[in-house]
Amino acid sequence: MRRWSVIAVPYFWLLLFFLVPFIIVLKISLSDVATAIPPYIPVLDFSQGLSGISDFFAELDFENYAFVFSDELYVSAYWSSLKIAALSTFFTLIIAYPIAYGMARAPREWQPTLVMLVILPFWTSFLIRVYAWMGILKKEGLLNLLLMNLGLIDEPLTILNTNTAVYIGIAYSYLPFMILPLYASLEKISPALLEAAEDLGSRPWRAFWQVTFPLSIPGVVAGCFLVFIPAVGEFVIPDLLGGSETLMIGKTLWNEFFNNRDWPVSSAVAVILLLVLVIPIVLFQRNQQKQREAGA
Amino acid sequence: MRGRFSWFNATSIGLGFAFLYIPILLLVIYSFNESKLVTVWGGWSTKWYAGLLDNEGLMNAAWVTLRVALLSATIATVLGTLAAIVLVRMGRFPGRTLFSGMIFAPLVMPEVITGLSLLLLFVAIGFDRGFWTVTVAHVTFSMCYAAVVVQARLFDFDKSVEEAAMDLGATPVKTFFEVTLPIIAPSVISAWLLSFTLSLDDLVIASFATGPGATTLPMKIYSQVRLGVTPEINAISTLMIGVVTLGVLVASYTTKRAAARQRRETRAVDAGAA
Repeated sequence: MRRWSVIAVPYFWLLLFFLVPFIIVLKISLSDVATAIPPYIPVLDFSQGLSGISDFFAELDFENYAFVFSDELYVSAYWSSLKIAALSTFFTLIIAYPIAYGMARAPREWQPTLVMLVILPFWTSFLIRVYAWMGILKKEGLLNLLLMNLGLIDEPLTILNTNTAVYIGIAYSYLPFMILPLYASLEKISPALLEAAEDLGSRPWRAFWQVTFPLSIPGVVAGCFLVFIPAVGEFVIPDLLGGSETLMIGKTLWNEFFNNRDWPVSSAVAVILLLVLVIPIVLFQRNQQKQREAGA
Repeated sequence: MRGRFSWFNATSIGLGFAFLYIPILLLVIYSFNESKLVTVWGGWSTKWYAGLLDNEGLMNAAWVTLRVALLSATIATVLGTLAAIVLVRMGRFPGRTLFSGMIFAPLVMPEVITGLSLLLLFVAIGFDRGFWTVTVAHVTFSMCYAAVVVQARLFDFDKSVEEAAMDLGATPVKTFFEVTLPIIAPSVISAWLLSFTLSLDDLVIASFATGPGATTLPMKIYSQVRLGVTPEINAISTLMIGVVTLGVLVASYTTKRAAARQRRETRAVDAGAA
């Protein structure tokens, strides 16, 4: 009896506030837009009895999905989100790898401190960390000031409100998600393996590509998923750092909802985004499962 | 080779940490700038901090955010701990797959979707949006993070301690509060802290879930940030960074001490038994 009450409390909370909302999103994405509150029809009306329910189902259609797929804006927003997320993930990997490598090869007694220093910025607000880059990247910003004073450039560079700023923002904000799994897999590699490669006449660079890198691939894969999946639906970074050329679906959904107030279309956009993300999420789960089994 | 840093490793760590910390450092330094222009250093000043106290809208938002964060973190930690126990200790039950799916899905869900779906729920059931809807929204996603944190600790602790307590006649509830909870306490504290900062930081989900009268600090900051970089935002950001850093340092210090005490006690018990 008590066992069931322990299960029931978190279970019902998640059913009510996680699963049911999704069913509502799905339902609204199949409804028509209306100029009422709430701005969609049909609304499930039990007071009409059975005819209310049948009216409800009769009114559902795929019009919003057809609209999303026929509109150039949405289709290119999905594509460009995937592209921006993939490129940023790649940049994050390139920045994170040497850091994780250095951490894994650092003196043992230093390693917990280094890990904590990687996690610490993650605790400070995401919004604030993105905002910090606005002051650095803008035209009269600190980066341009530095580069001009060093005499490297004569004209200030336009970085803020371009895709470059979005790449920097994503790489910066998600760096700990990449460093930590990389560090975890690099740290497990026994130095004896590298010594053996060296003894057999392998140069350090070759030993890295033939021994270290292949052994770190589980960390690379986990890190890439951890950065790529949230980056696709990102809103704050493209909104604050990106410009008019930056098309990302999270931002499109936000505008559709708050500016155009078209609830059915924004719901359809959300459902499609979820379907797009299901593939990487399932791949990621499978990969984690495999790692756990390999480790056990 | 483990005794010291090689030049290559030291350089890559140094550059990496510079990348991680310099933006935050610059933000903090420029919050003390006398000049209103970000790039012109006009000397040290704390006038932007004094200005914050007079900004009633900002102070109200800070107060709302703090209340939401305290309340939602506490509820999320309780629900998350329960959820972790269900996942680790309850074995199989009908609907378990759905349950673990609902715990892990919010962790990878884009915030815009979570926010949108919760808003549509609140509208559908005719719940007035405001303080309570933001709190419920925050509980829902933080409890999943809390569950993952506590679950990790539950996985690697010795179940026989609990069994011993029950063999000695303790009820399951008594066993939980007197044996299990003290052992998993550090992870429960981390879970609370994580939930608290998640709630403090959240912009997207709160923007969807809120209604008139319940503007949170991130929403306030966001609406000002969109207009550009100003020293006032640097000042309020610095305060938030300070509070969170202090909290994390205190928490890691206390959990470290608690862990050390636990180890000492275990050693003492082992020595006594020998």
